[in-house]
Amino acid sequence: MAELYEELGLTESEYRDIVRILGREPNKVELGMYSLMWSEHCSYKSSKTILAQLPTRASYVLQGPGENAGVIDIGGGLAVAFKMESHNHPSAVEPYQGAATGVGGIVRDIFTMGARPIACLDPLRFGNPAKRRTRYLLTGVVAGIAGYGNCIGVPTVGGDLYFEDCYDENPLVNVMCIGILPKERLVRGVARGVGNAVVLIGNRTGRDGIGGASILASQEFDERSEEKRPSVQVGDPFTEKLLIEACLELLDKGLILGLQDLGAAGLSCACSETAARGGVGMRIHLDRVPLREEMEPFEIVISESQERMLAVAEPQKVEEVMAVCHKWGLNAVVIGEVIEGDRLEVYWYGEKVAEVPPSTLASGPVYDRAAERPSYLDQVAGADLSGLKHPDDMEDVLIRLITSPNLCSRRWVYEQYDHMVQLNTVVYPGSDAAVLRIKGTSKGIAVSCDCNSRYVYLDPYLGTQIAVAEAARNVVASGAVPMALTNCLNFGSPERPDIFYQFKEAVRGLADAARSFEIPVVSGNVSFYNESFGMAVYPTPVVGMVGLIGNLNHRRTLAFPGEGLAIVLLGKTREEIGGSEYLKVIHGMVVGRPPALDLELEKAAQAVCIEGIRRGWILSAHDLSEGGMAVALAECCCAGKVGARVDLDDGMHPVFWLFSESQSRFLVTSRPEDLDELRGLAESRGVPFRVLGKTIGDRLVIGDLVDLPVEEIANLREEAFLKLVEG
Amino acid sequence: MKFGVVVFPGSNCEADCFYVLNEVLGADVEYVWHAEKDLGRYDCLVLPGGFSYGDYLRAGAIARFSPVMEALKEFGERGKFIIGICNGFQVLLEAGLLPGAMLWNESLHFICRFVHLRLENDSTPWTHRGSKGMVLRIPIAHQQGNYYADEKTLRELEEGGRVILRYCDPSGEVTREANPNGSVGNIAGICNEGFNVFGLMPHPERASEEVLGSTDGLVIWRSIMEHIS
Repeated sequence: MAELYEELGLTESEYRDIVRILGREPNKVELGMYSLMWSEHCSYKSSKTILAQLPTRASYVLQGPGENAGVIDIGGGLAVAFKMESHNHPSAVEPYQGAATGVGGIVRDIFTMGARPIACLDPLRFGNPAKRRTRYLLTGVVAGIAGYGNCIGVPTVGGDLYFEDCYDENPLVNVMCIGILPKERLVRGVARGVGNAVVLIGNRTGRDGIGGASILASQEFDERSEEKRPSVQVGDPFTEKLLIEACLELLDKGLILGLQDLGAAGLSCACSETAARGGVGMRIHLDRVPLREEMEPFEIVISESQERMLAVAEPQKVEEVMAVCHKWGLNAVVIGEVIEGDRLEVYWYGEKVAEVPPSTLASGPVYDRAAERPSYLDQVAGADLSGLKHPDDMEDVLIRLITSPNLCSRRWVYEQYDHMVQLNTVVYPGSDAAVLRIKGTSKGIAVSCDCNSRYVYLDPYLGTQIAVAEAARNVVASGAVPMALTNCLNFGSPERPDIFYQFKEAVRGLADAARSFEIPVVSGNVSFYNESFGMAVYPTPVVGMVGLIGNLNHRRTLAFPGEGLAIVLLGKTREEIGGSEYLKVIHGMVVGRPPALDLELEKAAQAVCIEGIRRGWILSAHDLSEGGMAVALAECCCAGKVGARVDLDDGMHPVFWLFSESQSRFLVTSRPEDLDELRGLAESRGVPFRVLGKTIGDRLVIGDLVDLPVEEIANLREEAFLKLVEG
Repeated sequence: MKFGVVVFPGSNCEADCFYVLNEVLGADVEYVWHAEKDLGRYDCLVLPGGFSYGDYLRAGAIARFSPVMEALKEFGERGKFIIGICNGFQVLLEAGLLPGAMLWNESLHFICRFVHLRLENDSTPWTHRGSKGMVLRIPIAHQQGNYYADEKTLRELEEGGRVILRYCDPSGEVTREANPNGSVGNIAGICNEGFNVFGLMPHPERASEEVLGSTDGLVIWRSIMEHIS
């Protein structure tokens, strides 16, 4: 067994723990189950204690972390379920299937809660776009998301996309899914009632994805990564679509008591987690599992074949459960039953091949990892930028920024996604947040995913706070009040003290910001071991924010809505270019301190924006972020197909005025007659207010520094992305 | 009058069509499960978009063997009305209710965006509330929407006034640049000889409410409802 447990990714002390729990040596099947359930991916063994500090409660939270997804009450008997997950490692090995099955997995998490999935968002990070590998990964991942998401009829309405060299070998593919449900349909992944039937629904089980969680997701990459391709699962979106319909029908008809998807660690995970949550045991018969090929018990119990669900039903309802599944053309087999005690018994043609306490599979070990402040922080964050020589031609700088990989158009990506199906998308991709209406009500929800990982790299605590602030700001700019957030924390190896320092600081930042904004963290995911050849990616804690719009007429986009409107800056521009896009694109540097974040000012600015929108004083709103004011102006002009004339601030060097990335700022438009009211509102909350200029004509004119036709800017942004993908 | 929205396993726009017909237009609508063989109570059947049977093999290729298809053919032969949208259009082509075939988009990518369409014939049951030459703004969302037909078929379609919609620019010019997928003759929608069967790649149900950015799709729904009533 010694070689086997090591090969399966368990440590010696973990092996000893298993022996202690069982009071004997585990057999191969049991060892396989523990190795997966105790992998970093499934057990959160390095992160659990750190994540405990996150605020998770609010009066409207129906389900916090620990289930398949978080759920919040949005009133009127309706609830929203959402969660984000990573599929980084599979996507690095096989981009199309890796990304596709990432979508499939998170969508299952949502309908497992009884929610109909209504939207997906995909935060993506790739390496240097000049490299062929980057283009291969980018085109494969986007095609995989499109291939799966479009087929299952769930619109992909947003996400984000950044390029940094640190993601060359290890891209990040995060997927967020949102679902809506009548509150009474909320169901949990719990096994209940001794004697009840355990039903396996969906695809046949095959050898694909064996050991995905332990081999792929819980180890770093090296030159042998190609050999891991067989560990990547293969997606079947058609079956997923049938599963969505069948499972929601089962719930609507009240035929099942608990529902759990089979993801990482397959049957091992689904059986042990549902049993552990319900405080019961389970007996399953592997010989009843429909197979695609001849397989051993060891393989069946850990296979990560996709599109499978586990349901718990009372015996007298099993026949009806079968009828619904068969109507949708799905396999459904009773593979076992709920039993008493903390026992998971696994049988193979009448012979018991494993018996373990499910609670010990589901809880796993806990590690208190060492953390040490990395030395790079002092070098890069402390860099002195005062002697930097700034260019004179601001128009040239603006063009280089808006055509840079991180700021040019994303149309090529989002047009490959069906972002309209289900008829809920009322703010299409390309704005600060996607807005989805809730049919039958006047309400809508706004969703945004954000993380500037450069900031987090330069200051993990502050950078993560900024990620929360920006996600909230994007939702607010769309006219929504932020309600709750999910996250996907992408980091290197937790076994490295410098990486673990980044992780701890990031989670502290997330907790402090969420607490300050009073936004509960209702679900999330940790992805460690994002490194290759010893190099970790930038720490990338992606935040997914969900906000509520009470009256859909209050939704806003970034587009300047017409001519003759005043352009107003809410918030204050400071001389802050540390970690900025300007510094990276023009000077080739990722150094300095990220912009400061005053949480009180941030909250005040958001409150003014929301109130201004509700009063009808703000007609469009855009969060200022990467690229600063000049890039934001260009984006608002392009989206609205209208020009702008804006004055300069004489008080500071134009580089700062135009490209500084100071936080807590909104660029909004207002009718001239509403300006005094809006100014009064801003002043009452202590938010700096400044009229920059007005919308006019078809050119963007900034003082005597920039004078460009809006159409030309728009074309340059489009062409820049096409050049990037075509190489 | 009564609409039936046909649901194949893998359809994903059936609820959207149902919603627009029922909630927006107040029409009488039912879902028609793909195993259904009795279509007698419907006046107009909608084959919605999606990925019937996963579109495995080829879009619409498996759906044509679905149990409902035989009854559907007979339904069409009796002069009753059938509209196939996107995947529904692909199914109608595969089943031979409409001529021609779909190739992959020239870009090989799935494309989801609003396009402009020129209405080419305003004397059909589907378009009589519009006017020839008018420009409609309606979204497309497909990967296999590059319409192809041989020259003889094309001539028949053109001469018979059976090309109903063409991709065009915002001013109504039918240009190469305005063609999103490479369709021959910029064709976006066609009818059969009897004009009771209509197939189109754009999604009129996605352009039937102000809140979604366009109501140009209503002309099709309102035309057929008025025609049948």
